[in-house]
Amino acid sequence: MTSLYEEIPQAAAEDVPVRRITVSVNGQRRTADVEPRLLLAHLLRQGFKLTGTHTGCDTTNCGACTVLVDGLPAKSCTMLAVQADGHEVTTVEGLAGPSELHPLQEGFKDEHGLQCGFCTPGMMLAAKALLEENPDPTEDEVRFALSGNLCRCTGYQNIVKSVLWAAQKMNTAKTQGGESE
Amino acid sequence: MTATEPAPTTSRALDEIKIGGMGASRKRVEDNRFLRGRGHYVDDVVLPGMLHMEILRSPVAHARIVSIDASRAWDIPGVRLVLTGEMMATRNLAWMPTLSYDTQAVLATDKVRFQGQEVACVIADDPYIAKDACEAIEVEYEQLPVIVNPTQATAPDAPIIRDDKEGQADNVIFDWEVGDRAGTDRAFAEADHVSTIRMHYPRSHPSPLECCGSVADFDRATGKLTVYMTTQAPHIVRAAVALIAELPEHLIRIVSPDLGGGFGNKVPVYPGYVMSILASILLERPVKWIEDRSGNLISTGFGRDVYLEGEMALRRDGKILAVRMHTDSDHGAFFGDAQPSKFKIGLLHSTFSCYDIPTAHLTARGVYTNKAPGGVAYRCSFRVTEAMFFQERMMQAAADELGIDQAEFRRMNFVRDDDFPHRTPFGFLTDSGQYAKCLQVGLDAIDYEGFRREQAEAAKQGRLLGIGISCMTEPLGAGNSREYDILGIKMFDSAELRVHMTGKAILRTGAKSQGQGHETTWAQIVAHELGIPAEDIVVEEGDTDTAPFGMGTYASRSTPVAGAAVAMVSRKIRAKARKLAAHLLEVSEEDVEWELGRFYVRSAPDRGVTIQECAMAAYSNMPDGLEPGLEANAYYDPPNLTWPFGCYIVTVEVDPMTGVWDVLRVVAVDDCGVRINPMIVEGQIMGGLTEAYAMSSMQFITFDADGNCIGSNFMDYLLPTAWETPGYELHEVVTPCPHHPIGAKGIGECATVGGPAAFVNAVMDAVKQYGVRNVDMPLLPDRVYEAITQRHDVSGAPPIRTDA
Repeated sequence: MTSLYEEIPQAAAEDVPVRRITVSVNGQRRTADVEPRLLLAHLLRQGFKLTGTHTGCDTTNCGACTVLVDGLPAKSCTMLAVQADGHEVTTVEGLAGPSELHPLQEGFKDEHGLQCGFCTPGMMLAAKALLEENPDPTEDEVRFALSGNLCRCTGYQNIVKSVLWAAQKMNTAKTQGGESE
Repeated sequence: MTATEPAPTTSRALDEIKIGGMGASRKRVEDNRFLRGRGHYVDDVVLPGMLHMEILRSPVAHARIVSIDASRAWDIPGVRLVLTGEMMATRNLAWMPTLSYDTQAVLATDKVRFQGQEVACVIADDPYIAKDACEAIEVEYEQLPVIVNPTQATAPDAPIIRDDKEGQADNVIFDWEVGDRAGTDRAFAEADHVSTIRMHYPRSHPSPLECCGSVADFDRATGKLTVYMTTQAPHIVRAAVALIAELPEHLIRIVSPDLGGGFGNKVPVYPGYVMSILASILLERPVKWIEDRSGNLISTGFGRDVYLEGEMALRRDGKILAVRMHTDSDHGAFFGDAQPSKFKIGLLHSTFSCYDIPTAHLTARGVYTNKAPGGVAYRCSFRVTEAMFFQERMMQAAADELGIDQAEFRRMNFVRDDDFPHRTPFGFLTDSGQYAKCLQVGLDAIDYEGFRREQAEAAKQGRLLGIGISCMTEPLGAGNSREYDILGIKMFDSAELRVHMTGKAILRTGAKSQGQGHETTWAQIVAHELGIPAEDIVVEEGDTDTAPFGMGTYASRSTPVAGAAVAMVSRKIRAKARKLAAHLLEVSEEDVEWELGRFYVRSAPDRGVTIQECAMAAYSNMPDGLEPGLEANAYYDPPNLTWPFGCYIVTVEVDPMTGVWDVLRVVAVDDCGVRINPMIVEGQIMGGLTEAYAMSSMQFITFDADGNCIGSNFMDYLLPTAWETPGYELHEVVTPCPHHPIGAKGIGECATVGGPAAFVNAVMDAVKQYGVRNVDMPLLPDRVYEAITQRHDVSGAPPIRTDA
């Protein structure tokens, strides 16, 4: 992945330190040559064209850039791309296949958990990590788990409902799945 | 049915909720892309050969620029262009007009006038290189004395901030007044009691989660300039670019893609947009500028920053005889307020509109300071947020002084339900409302009497409980065009509807959604008017090449104005479809009746044709003499503003040991008339309440004595998370707007406008026993603690106090 520097003169290009990294992104192995200072968010957005990961604050406060690194939420605007070398990254594009929706996506739609949509990918990924650790959270547990993600539109109440909606759906699916086995 | 001969069929009226019409809590259409990470925001726009722009900003608040040396920046490989004010000046672009008939520097030439002002910009192959190059630019500043509040600005020896303006001998921007001075003086002379209060509504920043940005793409071959940019009002920008950059308007295309929130922040034209446009013209390549968060917080449009001296003339029994207000507003270095031209302090004079006030007088003075410019309608219809906050804080103080119950004092002074239309003391015409009912719904919901008992019980154990009430009606949906314009452009709006042959349709409006859900709700209005299922209607906004001319989305004006245009354009379509129906049914037009989704023969209701059959006929079987096609547009100039009403009641507990306060309950009663989509309306209210909670508890921009912005990033500018934000209990009263075609009113900002006073009044109620009458927002624990322990009011005016 060298697209960020394709325009500069050859001599200067040779001065740019580059490191080759391999990252699993949404289950797909991707290799890229990156400048060590490149942020993971920028690698995902500009390098891999996964523009569902947004940047909102540059200081790890807003959480719009939240992705999962080895299943745990990480703010990709303050993580270097080279730090993701050898790790598994999940972005919003990896939540579900092209023709289906993850229960969290369904929940956010059903409970009107989004308005402008800018915080939504990060919110859903933070919620996914929560539900994997705690499949049946209380309202307070959801609020605490999402406290690293800012939303300016919704006032959070519907986001909390969306996550609880998804938890219930996933739990019901699990129970029914268990019964049929 | 064939294309050429639709046989009149038996059809039935449709169930409006089932087709996603008015009143349906229809799930949002736009969610389908946002949930998949497939939204298309400005930073997602990538064009071939695109370059990247970064801005160098001033680190100091007031200084003369001695020199700018950009030579080291030019030497960095990958740098394509460095622009300074001097270079902008050669193209007459160093300064640009603001939305309030002032001028604003694009890139500083003579002086910097606030911290964060744009000094230079770099265009390079990638944003990292551009940022490196900005750091390589050397600027020498000669610092000047700094002004951060109106008192300093109007001091006799104050330095003149706008020495660039001929004839500007001081820092005053305007002195404005409205109301009846003599009548108000007389009423005060006759009053039994005069209640006075002073306070500061702090500067706040809208901070949508997406910062501002643009991708300018000038094509030398066609002469066309396309700009993708974060704007809530693309057509105004097109006009502004045509005027500022002197480009032909037909060769300018402004595209506002998905917006990651706006809240007023994305109304003005910012220097960054202008620079990216000039850079693209000079370099003949697309140039992208994406603002960082600090740039957004320290340089773009803020809200509020108004100081009040309020007085109320009262009769002993609680009747308000008159209101007198003086405001000093801090506009920063350039007067860039986005507001109707006729009014200097927005619609601040809509204050006290829900109360029956015989006479009132308001004087307003605006000043320049060394702070960021651009007072915007931050989730607010042009300073009505200050208007209603001041009103409800004055109401509480007055009721307390008279010893009258808070709810009763409001009730006895409300405009009564049978008193409409009502002329407010400052000249607005309110047309409807059920204020007392709204308040009662709120009082019942929170169990007002029960809480008062609980409060008294808790007091015995030393616990501080408080309840705050805030009621207001606010003017939403500017124009009419007689009174409302921005830079002379009248504040109407528009819609264009094209019904295709198969009965599917595309709707375009001059508004621009930033999360309000227009793609969902506009289709519901068409469904309501035409019986075309909402899912058969696609809604497009934001592209000036395709959308009809409109004034955009802010100040809760979309539903009142563009929404009305959607209803009106649908009615035009229906009128034409009626002619087609008469033709298909072989009767005269007078014999055709309408019910949802179909026309039928009055004498034979079973004989009917659907709207879809009419659409087919418009292209395949039109009667002689009738113009083919089924398309129309409508421009809507509202006869008046809409007047939603809200009552917000908050209960809190204050910890006397720390000054920390917790919200116990929040009850909101909103009357926004007929609700198009109740789910979306409730979403708007909860979002608004959260911004009210934010401003009352933590969110503000302040400055130190040197003009350093305190709140220049999200570590210092506190926004509430899911953890702090309280839960909300929502209730409604429905008084349809008498003049809006579907009876709707604005809603987006009501809770932000009315909410803050409810939170503050609750805390003030809790600490009343300490003799405290006012603590300025935000009610930070240290301020509340100081008020309790020192038993005095606490000002939050800048400069911020330091420990030293």
